[in-house]
Amino acid sequence: MTSPNSNGQAQASDGTGAAPERGSARSSDRGVPGGRPPGETLLRTDKLTRHFRIGNALSQQTLHAVDEVSLTIGEREIVALAGESGSGKSTIARLLAKVYKPTSGEIYFQGRPLSAIRSRADRLQYSGLAPMVFQDPFGSINPVFRVAHGVTRGLKLHRPELSRDERYAEARRVFEVVGLTPADEVLQRYPHELSGGQRQRVGFAQALAMRPKLILADEPVSMLDVSIRIGLLNMMADLRDSQGVSILYITHDLASARYVADRLVIMYAGHVAESGPTEEVMANPRHPYTQLLLSAAPDPRAPLGVGAETDRGEPPKVINPTPGCRFRWRCPLAIDKCHQVTPELTQILPGHQAACHVAQQGAEIKAFG
Amino acid sequence: MSSVPARQQPATGGASPGTPGDILDVTDLSVTYAADRGPVVAVDQVSFAVEPSEFVGIVGESGCGKSTLLFAIAQLLAPPAAVTGGSVTFKGRSMVGLTDRELAAVRWKDLSVVMQSAMNALNPVRPIRAQFADAMRAHGVRSKAEIADRSAEVLRMVGIDPVHLRSYPHQLSGGMRQRAMIAMAMLFTPDLIIMDEPTSALDVVAQRSLMVQIKELQQRFGFAVIFVTHDMSLISHFSDRLMVMYAGQVAEFGATQDLFDQPLHPYTAGLMDAFPSIRGPRRELLGIPGSPPNLAAPPPGCRFQPRCPQAEPRCAGTPPELYQVGGTQVRCLLHEDGGGMEGSNP
Amino acid sequence: MAMLPVSGPATAPPALPDQALPAPAAGRRRHGLSRLFRAVRSNRKATVGTVLLVIFILLALFPGVIAHDSPTATIYPRSLGPSAQHLFGTTALGQDIFAQAVYGTQQVLIIAFGVGLLSTGIAVLIGVAAAYLGGAWDGVLNLITDVLLVIPLFPLLIVIATYVQNAGTAVLVVVLTLTGWSYTARQLRAQALSLRRRDFLEAARVRGERRMYIVMVEIIPTMTSLIVASFLTNALYAVLFGSSLQFIGLGDPNSVSWGTMLYWAENNEALQTGQYLWAIVPGAMIALLGAAFALLNYAFDEIGNPALRPVRRIRVKRAG
Repeated sequence: MTSPNSNGQAQASDGTGAAPERGSARSSDRGVPGGRPPGETLLRTDKLTRHFRIGNALSQQTLHAVDEVSLTIGEREIVALAGESGSGKSTIARLLAKVYKPTSGEIYFQGRPLSAIRSRADRLQYSGLAPMVFQDPFGSINPVFRVAHGVTRGLKLHRPELSRDERYAEARRVFEVVGLTPADEVLQRYPHELSGGQRQRVGFAQALAMRPKLILADEPVSMLDVSIRIGLLNMMADLRDSQGVSILYITHDLASARYVADRLVIMYAGHVAESGPTEEVMANPRHPYTQLLLSAAPDPRAPLGVGAETDRGEPPKVINPTPGCRFRWRCPLAIDKCHQVTPELTQILPGHQAACHVAQQGAEIKAFG
Repeated sequence: MSSVPARQQPATGGASPGTPGDILDVTDLSVTYAADRGPVVAVDQVSFAVEPSEFVGIVGESGCGKSTLLFAIAQLLAPPAAVTGGSVTFKGRSMVGLTDRELAAVRWKDLSVVMQSAMNALNPVRPIRAQFADAMRAHGVRSKAEIADRSAEVLRMVGIDPVHLRSYPHQLSGGMRQRAMIAMAMLFTPDLIIMDEPTSALDVVAQRSLMVQIKELQQRFGFAVIFVTHDMSLISHFSDRLMVMYAGQVAEFGATQDLFDQPLHPYTAGLMDAFPSIRGPRRELLGIPGSPPNLAAPPPGCRFQPRCPQAEPRCAGTPPELYQVGGTQVRCLLHEDGGGMEGSNP
Repeated sequence: MAMLPVSGPATAPPALPDQALPAPAAGRRRHGLSRLFRAVRSNRKATVGTVLLVIFILLALFPGVIAHDSPTATIYPRSLGPSAQHLFGTTALGQDIFAQAVYGTQQVLIIAFGVGLLSTGIAVLIGVAAAYLGGAWDGVLNLITDVLLVIPLFPLLIVIATYVQNAGTAVLVVVLTLTGWSYTARQLRAQALSLRRRDFLEAARVRGERRMYIVMVEIIPTMTSLIVASFLTNALYAVLFGSSLQFIGLGDPNSVSWGTMLYWAENNEALQTGQYLWAIVPGAMIALLGAAFALLNYAFDEIGNPALRPVRRIRVKRAG
């Protein structure tokens, strides 16, 4: 039973609650396709693969969560990793955060391979450079401590040179950057006294405190009300502009990816289907799956097109797969080659890649909508 | 479209008498929760009518009361919530205050409900066919053949191979489960199906195909639908009329296309502006700053006023009634004279 | 101390609105202790349980203030009924029943709290370790826990207590602890397992915290309500089983305790000879203390998990 604040959360609707959802000033060219050019390559994966063994002792099977994924993230860049359930996007986040070890393939961060990180000090350093923000505002903060706890712990671990006062000052600073003001007051609150949007901002503040280069955001707005998401998306763009942080934005919602991301990587069933500049991929989708996603995304301003065709399929769980394109069963353009050879991600246009035999042959793709 | 006088009676806060042919007529419905710190009015004098075969969408943020409204209509409220005012008339019969037995006759035969999460509504340890059989037996269908036939028939209607009658819920994909729920709701081809965010747990492609399916079924079988969601863009292509709720009240209610073309209530306009679009120009959106009011102590005037970009001084003190502007009802002082101010499309 | 509610089904939680910053509670947030106090006051079960427990604690701490006679002196006339000098009368051995009941509280409470604390400590250690370490450790610890759970408790207690002979307080505490920790260890393990998947633990891991830190600082504090409940369960168990052991003569019959009172009452055929109070008084004391622990247990459940609280009903005013 949904109950609207039936335990009477005390909220002041005194008219002054109109603190803007944004953080600090935003760069003037945000929103322009392309935006500022990204810097150096920050992170690069090379044929990253992760399999899971499932089943019991009697029937062992291999779940191919991520297969041969190569992607790059530059400095000061927001890359959206978009896909439906089972696409492997969350697994990639955890691989990049070193929660899982790759089954094969390598991840290079600032040129150094992650597999070379052995010592505790190195691991600690990496976790400060590439922290993770989680999806669930309910579960991602420990409920028994005030929200300052997570931030100060992170600071203690990653910036031990700071004194206690300096830690607190830093906590205050990052809270202000993410728009949680007045910072002193919010720092003393418990998580249940904050709203979902505020809790997610706390998650970003925790990440920011460690002075990261790359924030791995695993569906940070999926569980928030739609009208709140914009505030957080604006904040993320702001972090890129004012703090120089890159963000890997994992989502299933293409509209929000379009809004905030510089580049877009579409995943399907553990493979990268298409990748390129966001605007370019959305305007000229080259992979049939991308077209399907675009046609299925609700957009009130567009008429209900023919593309709303009832594709009943759902992304597969990839268990013991055979070679061939994993989208072939749902693809109206599938040719023989699609059933035999797994397509590689190759460049179709400058900066724009797709893993589709038909697209690579240069044909004009019009699969859905 | 129900006929509504141009100016509402101030006392009751807006009542639309509805026309006799309406399937559902909700008048001044209020629901209150007995919370620890005092009663909270979750639904405040909501009135609307649903015509036969009409698709009505109800949108709003979390806590606006839309799910509570739905439960109240379906007579599924349990303490600490209770209906504290108004009436719900279904096919001419008043629903509030009926006993369980009387309700049982109506439930599922004339009115059925599809819940938000199939995994919560389906029994995980029984196959689908057992649950369909349960529902049918509860309504007096005894013959096994009839049960089997009808189960297979409704599954086919939603595009599921009847072989899945033998499956357990966890063996079906998310989309299929939701379809099975809808099939179950259609066992007796009711006149009205109420749906509480049935697509929110699904991926975008499955969501789209489920919506299309629902619309198809509705047009084929002619039942009315009340669809509650927090995602306005999802409902935009499917609903005939759309109700926007805010803080327990109806903020705007009218033909879907009218609302999207010309949102009258600043909240509706703000909501629509909070959705980044797939196509169209890429521009900065602001969302709606602030947050919904505390329903335990709602503001004396307009409930949206603290967040409203077009608020006037009188909005803080005067609670607006539901005013009629053309075919749309809107609870905003800007439209007090009915069709006065231009729409607030930014 | 913020209580963690038991999590509900994990499917599609509702989207949360972004609220304006709530105004701080009047009087400024104070330490967890004052919140606990308010929680106890507002919950009827908690209030009754606390009052009872406090009374018993006072009896144990200041027995001489309340009972003026010595519990062991056998100088009084035997088998008297209740009177002004002997509120509950005297035993067949010439002791004042009231004094015995009051002084007996000490030993019972020592056993209750001793067993409660020790059992819970072991249960937390083993339960949380099993859940967090997982793998082979989990298997081994689980095995030990399950074996102890399965062994019939009372016969085991009897065997041990008989072996030890005239078990004094310390022995009783040890025996009861060793046989009692497994029950709550199981519960704690289950909760720790469910917490393991929580994002905030993964966040701590990803942040770079050490395992021991995560267990001690992140996991255990969120299990407070279950740990308190375990303590109360174990204390209740100690009261009942400890008294039972003493009743059948396995305790030290010369000590002053409710269980030994029952032992002597039984030995002297109190009920058959009409000396009802001798048997009823210690029995009632055991029941009351047990009830106090049980009530507090329910109350903490409700405080920790709002879903278990009694549901209010609203008075429906019909418009017509």
